[in-house]
Amino acid sequence: MSTLLITITQVSILLAFIMVMVLILTYLERKVLARIQMRMGPMRTGPYGILQSLADMMKLLAKEDIRPHGSDRMLFYLAPLFVFVPSFLIWITIPFTRNIVVENLELGLFYIVAVSTVSIVGMVLAGWASGGKYSILGSARSAAQLISYELPLVFVIAGVGILAQSFNLITIVNQQSSIPAIVYQPLGFTIFFVAGLAEVGRIPFDIPHAESEVVGGPFVEYSGIRWSIFFLAEYANTLAIATLSVLLFLGGWSGPLTEHFEWLQPIWLILKVSAILFLIFWIRATLPRFRIDQLMQFAWKILLPLSFVYIMVNATVPFVETVITSNAASNQLTGIAQIILGACQILILFLVAFAISKRRKKYLTHLHQGVPA
Amino acid sequence: MDNIPSTEPVEFMLNVGPQHPATHGVLRLLIDVDGERISQVETHIGYLHRGTEKLCEGETFSQIISLFDRLDYVANFNMEMSYVMAVEKILGLDVPIRAEYIRVVTCELNRIASHLLFYGTLGLDIGAMTPVMYAFREREALQAYFESVSGARMMHNFFRVGGVKEDLPEGFLESLQSYLPKLKQAVQECDQLLTLNDIFLERTKGVGILEKVDAVDFAVSGPNLRASGVEHDIRRTEPYSIYPNLKFSIPTGTNGDSWDRYWVRMQEIQESIFIIEQCIDQIEPGPISGRTRTVIRPPKGEAYVRTESPRGDFGVYLVTEENKEQPYRIKMRSPSFCSLMALETMLQGEYLADAVTILGTLDFIMGEVDR
Repeated sequence: MSTLLITITQVSILLAFIMVMVLILTYLERKVLARIQMRMGPMRTGPYGILQSLADMMKLLAKEDIRPHGSDRMLFYLAPLFVFVPSFLIWITIPFTRNIVVENLELGLFYIVAVSTVSIVGMVLAGWASGGKYSILGSARSAAQLISYELPLVFVIAGVGILAQSFNLITIVNQQSSIPAIVYQPLGFTIFFVAGLAEVGRIPFDIPHAESEVVGGPFVEYSGIRWSIFFLAEYANTLAIATLSVLLFLGGWSGPLTEHFEWLQPIWLILKVSAILFLIFWIRATLPRFRIDQLMQFAWKILLPLSFVYIMVNATVPFVETVITSNAASNQLTGIAQIILGACQILILFLVAFAISKRRKKYLTHLHQGVPA
Repeated sequence: MDNIPSTEPVEFMLNVGPQHPATHGVLRLLIDVDGERISQVETHIGYLHRGTEKLCEGETFSQIISLFDRLDYVANFNMEMSYVMAVEKILGLDVPIRAEYIRVVTCELNRIASHLLFYGTLGLDIGAMTPVMYAFREREALQAYFESVSGARMMHNFFRVGGVKEDLPEGFLESLQSYLPKLKQAVQECDQLLTLNDIFLERTKGVGILEKVDAVDFAVSGPNLRASGVEHDIRRTEPYSIYPNLKFSIPTGTNGDSWDRYWVRMQEIQESIFIIEQCIDQIEPGPISGRTRTVIRPPKGEAYVRTESPRGDFGVYLVTEENKEQPYRIKMRSPSFCSLMALETMLQGEYLADAVTILGTLDFIMGEVDR
């Protein structure tokens, strides 16, 4: 009985934590965007507008809950939960420090991938149940996009698992205590970050709810509290992707002085996650949106082959190392193997960048022809 | 309902507009989409019809100027220009040279403002949030200039038959001269943000190609025509006002795709800045209005005047009766309307997302289409 009580307490704390984080996140996003766009952002609610997200939440809660005529009542009400619950559930196994985690699953990464896939169903349901044409288009788009980008994401996670010989997030972070994995896995980080952006549907991959085309996609018909649940899920996912890329590639909570001062661990994690989030906001402020076919081409023709290569490299280098040193017992890479792995991945990244820049030159042939008088 | 799954392509009709973020106003499109591909388009206009042409017949010649402000509501000075020129043509009136310079300066400033609006909204259309902020920062400065000249940010009602309402405010030209380099720099910033962005190139290169032949057939004009490779500009082919005294080049595209239409407009901003700089150098003190009566009663006659508005060849056909205070008939030739005519051919077979890009790059203003 007491374990049940503890679990319930833990989960409620986690839920409250996510809610608060989403509120902070939306405020920060608006401020960062405003900064980039030479605006002030929210300024009226509280000092520097810090209460803006709270005010928005109140407004959404107070709004009328509208269900359009001709929608499927049951599914319309269920869909937000299908989207929100998985995005909340993955947080159960994400650790914040070595000791703070709700449930330290041995197959944590596998669990995250498996659970997060369910939210696709929610998206499709939401679009279909609304009974609108724009929402149908949006949900078809999001289904296509999420399934396509799930693959590279899973492959990268598999590659990380191969190297770490574990799917446990705490183990993976502990292995990076001296040197973060991005140093010898830059390719993995790149693929994970890009595919992650697409998974959460942020610019330049926000095609499912492209404002100027399908005016909000699957969520067109939702309002008030139900719409805010979708919103919550989206930001919880963004936060999850940022946290995961920190845990998998940026060394998680490990950093200078964390060995001596335990309390520095969450601070390092927060700093790193903030950096990734800032990158996401920056991208949002800068880039236009892809088109749906370009998005699919990018997933299947560039990201997926790259993730194959990534897995291959990740599997080959440790294997060769064990053959040469005939030391099968250790599951940790030696320094030289890390250097070789990193060099391979950086080389691949350069090749891809070179191919893209060559492709771009083709566009610019007739650029400066009508120079002003 | 039978339970056999259909293998036919699933087509459905999408009603885009009149309230839709991509239509820039109240255009309504009935788009048949097959998945994401557009198979057929039907354009519906008329949601902003105010009967301007008929209204003009009941107003005096000086009252009509304010109606023209409301046609192309992002290029008001250019609209007024066509109308006053038409009346002056019937009256056979010479306009003082300083008034002509004031008119050209305001018109070109307005062209820049209009193209900046195009830049910002195109950015929004393809999902980039920041361009619109960059564009509006500059547009705001330009509108402050408009306000100092005419007292209004839009709907200026500033041009008069035979001249302009008032002289430029004190220090206007000096202030403008010091501002223009900043504007140039800002346009360069805009360029850096969007023009060569990889995703932007992907989204606009080869999208919505308007062939040269089609463009001419549909009587498309302005930047849209020039992007298709036709070097046609009313300021050059049928020079009016003081344009013969001014040097400027006419940027043209090669492919007639969305990127060319975008690029031509960005170049035109530079050209307009160049024109204004020349005007500031050449302008001299003098009278700003010719001798006109308070109540204008032109002789019986008709006149057709065309000017280059930011959207293209804007024409005014004016018929007057002897000794009447109101015109007999006014007909406008609107460039946006002709651009919309080409829409159906351009959209066929394109992606739904590209429809938004194409609508954005055609840069039509519904106030001018519906009149």
